[in-house]
Amino acid sequence: MKGSLLSVPTAAAAGLARCRACGQLSRLPAPTSDGAAACPRCGTVLHLRQPASVARTWAYLSAAAVLYVPANVLPVMRSGSLFGVQEDTILSGVVFLWHDGSWFLAALVFVASIVVPLAKLLVLAFLLLGVQWRSAWRPQWRTRLYRIIEYLGRWSMLDIYVVTLLAALIQVQSLASIQAGPGAVAFGAVVVLTMLASQSFDPRLIWDAAAAAPATARPPASAQASR
Amino acid sequence: MHACHECDALQRPVPLQSGGMARCWRCGAVLYRRRRHGLDATVALTLAAAILFGLGNVFPLVGLDMQGQTRATSLWGAVATLWDQDVPLLAALVFATTLALPAFDLAAMLWLLLPLALGRRPIGGALVLRGLLAIKPWGMVEVFMLGVLVALVKLAHVATVVPGVALWSFGALILLMAAAAASFDADLAWSRLAAVSRPTS
Repeated sequence: MKGSLLSVPTAAAAGLARCRACGQLSRLPAPTSDGAAACPRCGTVLHLRQPASVARTWAYLSAAAVLYVPANVLPVMRSGSLFGVQEDTILSGVVFLWHDGSWFLAALVFVASIVVPLAKLLVLAFLLLGVQWRSAWRPQWRTRLYRIIEYLGRWSMLDIYVVTLLAALIQVQSLASIQAGPGAVAFGAVVVLTMLASQSFDPRLIWDAAAAAPATARPPASAQASR
Repeated sequence: MHACHECDALQRPVPLQSGGMARCWRCGAVLYRRRRHGLDATVALTLAAAILFGLGNVFPLVGLDMQGQTRATSLWGAVATLWDQDVPLLAALVFATTLALPAFDLAAMLWLLLPLALGRRPIGGALVLRGLLAIKPWGMVEVFMLGVLVALVKLAHVATVVPGVALWSFGALILLMAAAAASFDADLAWSRLAAVSRPTS
């Protein structure tokens, strides 16, 4: 089963490049030429795989990992009132919601702001290492993991919008005010960088690495129709 | 032949019934779908979304009644507040993801689909469609709306929250944008674009 999944005809093995924008398959002029060919249908530059995918993903990922620290340690929000100034980090915001009795919202913000960014960092590092170590372990499962991470990434922006709205609404001159803190900038950068990281990762590399052995000639299978 | 975008396996396209989708036999990625309605449905939904997006940016989003003092803000006002608070990067991020990119998304959809629906050739079609597909992941109106709800729950204890016109328009907007995105068939748009761009000689 494992062998049959890995030794299937791929577009790259057939010298065909799939256009990143429109999905059209076209034959590359020469197997090693880089970047010169353009998609005949839409004009996008053709590559067999995203160029320098592993290096770019590592670069975005390490930048995100570094900023993950200030994003969680520095305050995302500064609330000033007659009674003094209170600083909130992402985690203390979650704790506040929890004590407030809004358990559902607390869980929601916890997942979106803490679990998802951390999961993205760990999963992308795991996928990159799997590619670099030429792992053949469950490529199907790893591709699915990538798909989930790619989908969830945007929802981490939640806390940024909460802070934005609170800052805009709580401005009662000297009585009470809320300001966005430096942690929010770092946090926004983490979200953007992890999104860029997952976009620059090419999941086809998982399968390339898994199928280290040359592909044997097999009749191409058909896509599966569902529903 | 079709190549899977996630694992590169080559496979024969299969005919689909309306509303069906084709999955890669090797990794399970969704390869393509057959939408129930053509591009016309997407045009209609996008037009409605564009109107709501306009309304949502003109009217205030939420107001707050706090010890007799009222304060309302629009989306634009919220971005301006961040700018004034010396966090320009954050202001730019919120501006891009909730205002500029969704606006570009809607405008680009109409720019492409209105001429295509009339059988005409949109100017700069391939370039606009490529740009549209590239910016799609960065428009985050629905995440923003969830953020608004969380903020309102937090505020409900300290003040009376007055929902504005824009709140309702944005609520309807995210439903319409989701429906437009779900009905949008990029493959069909590419092939229609190729069909109208072909010289008629």
